[in-house]
Amino acid sequence: MRTIFDYQKSSGTGGILPKLDVPKCGTTDLLPRELIRRSEPRIPNLSEPEVVRHYTALSKLNYGVDDGFYPLGSCTMKYNPKVNEDVAGLPGFSSVHPATDPELAQGSLSVVYEMSRLLAGIAGMADVTLQPAAGAHGEVTGMFLIKRYFEARGETQRTRILLPDSAHGTNPASAATAGFSVTEIRSGADGLVDLNALSGELDDTVAGMMLTVPNTLGIFEENIVKITAMVHAAGGLCYFDGANLNAFLGHARPGDMGADVFHFNLHKTMSSPHGGGGPGSGPVAVSEVLVPFLPVPRVKLDGEHYVLDWEEPQSIGSMQSFYGNFGVFLKAYAYILTLGDEGLHEAGENAVLNANYLQERLKKTYKLPYDRLCKHEFVLTGKGVAEGISTLDIAKRLIDYGFHPPTIYFPLIVHEALMIEPTETESKETLDRFTEALEKIASEAREDPQLLHDAPHTAPTRRLDQTRAARYPIMTYPFGE
Amino acid sequence: MGYPANYRYTKEHEWIELDGNRAKVGITDHAQSELGDVVFVELPAVGTAFNRGDTLGTVESVKAVSDVFAPIAGKIVEVNSELESSPETINSDPHGAGWLVVIEISDPSESNSLLDVAAYEKLIAEE
Repeated sequence: MRTIFDYQKSSGTGGILPKLDVPKCGTTDLLPRELIRRSEPRIPNLSEPEVVRHYTALSKLNYGVDDGFYPLGSCTMKYNPKVNEDVAGLPGFSSVHPATDPELAQGSLSVVYEMSRLLAGIAGMADVTLQPAAGAHGEVTGMFLIKRYFEARGETQRTRILLPDSAHGTNPASAATAGFSVTEIRSGADGLVDLNALSGELDDTVAGMMLTVPNTLGIFEENIVKITAMVHAAGGLCYFDGANLNAFLGHARPGDMGADVFHFNLHKTMSSPHGGGGPGSGPVAVSEVLVPFLPVPRVKLDGEHYVLDWEEPQSIGSMQSFYGNFGVFLKAYAYILTLGDEGLHEAGENAVLNANYLQERLKKTYKLPYDRLCKHEFVLTGKGVAEGISTLDIAKRLIDYGFHPPTIYFPLIVHEALMIEPTETESKETLDRFTEALEKIASEAREDPQLLHDAPHTAPTRRLDQTRAARYPIMTYPFGE
Repeated sequence: MGYPANYRYTKEHEWIELDGNRAKVGITDHAQSELGDVVFVELPAVGTAFNRGDTLGTVESVKAVSDVFAPIAGKIVEVNSELESSPETINSDPHGAGWLVVIEISDPSESNSLLDVAAYEKLIAEE
């Protein structure tokens, strides 16, 4: 596969410039000598059709949710309604510069303000910041808020964050980035937080607990109210990772369960396009006690005018330049207003229904280590399907059947994990076709294992050597070397 | 691959070769096979002290990043720096050239709670 740098120098250039109609002057007249480069820049010199054809060819190799089923566990790859793009593309929004005087950007600021109110309502919490640019960025924002809260109270001995082993992989990294140490709490045999293990760790060195609700097994923490009460009684705060909000959207509110911090992934739950690293948006909702510490600037309503308020003496500061990924707020705002209370409630319900339907059908062919009613996702194991067949083989073979493989080898508490999240936007027909493909793969695994080891057969590339890619990564383009 | 009878083991799938007040530590064949191809190893600096159960390093494979826990309290006196450039040695020779660190043991009595080969083989058979 060629990169744009691999093309022979084009005969033509990208455009034909008109005749010079202003006095000619050299670069040395305009720039200090030391800033003038002496060699040609190493950028491709191609004509417009060559560039367009290159990127069009690449785009045809892509697979996204607009191509087909994409049941990537923990990622909530729901369909992204196109009307949201129309809203985000309105020139009044798309042309406004982030440094525009707030007086001239009242419409955009009203969206930021209204969006925070809507999200605070969905979370059942006091206030929201829209600044964080992604889920993990929301996590670290929440950790900084908790840190600043205890600093303000003079409880600086609270340096530990408790984390169940079923938490999202980014959680421990976010806690450590904010300067906390991490204590892991083991799950019980039922896949839930072990309350005895939790109570053994609670003391006045605990700043808080980070929980993924429901957890990465797709199981709702039945003792959630008890857990948050235990952490609060020990003087700690509770952080909920909201990546799995789709599981109880419109049915339950983190604030009512005792959360002090809750982050949204607008790019998951509220249906803005994602994958390949962005753009994301990870707003953070907080309980009353953490409001004074929220990032600045805050968008506030002063009489009839929206203003940017930088005057919050206890704020943790800014978490990003300007106000966050505004384009994503717009898409999510359109989504929330389109669906309304009733629609969001129904979306959550169908996400859980679809997951349970798939779980029930697939557990006849693949082992389901935690066999119980699931929420929005569930975790199977590829172990035991056939001797010598790994989950990786199964995932790669799914590509040949036209499906994006699910998340594999996560969570770590299930060996050879296949983590499947169908979302509410898939029809029963799609779920049935996916089930049939996985059933077929299981019989292929027994009858013709080599077929799986060699998969994918129909993708633009065959099986990539992921070991070599990780051991000897080539991160730069070798120009003429 | 057999498990050396003169080694001790942990539930976290580490092996320990005791030699006086020194303990050579690595991960077991079972651990490397569960992890898959190892692509990166992070080891502590010589001289670092650890309590038993502390994370002393990490082993990263194509599937997962796993912590390596100190099987016994003490100070690091040697690390296998060969693994930096050839982490695959952990897959090819886990019980030999793929060793991770040598610890100078601070409390010899702690070694009593390590598993012997029979207990370890029973443990992995149950998994």
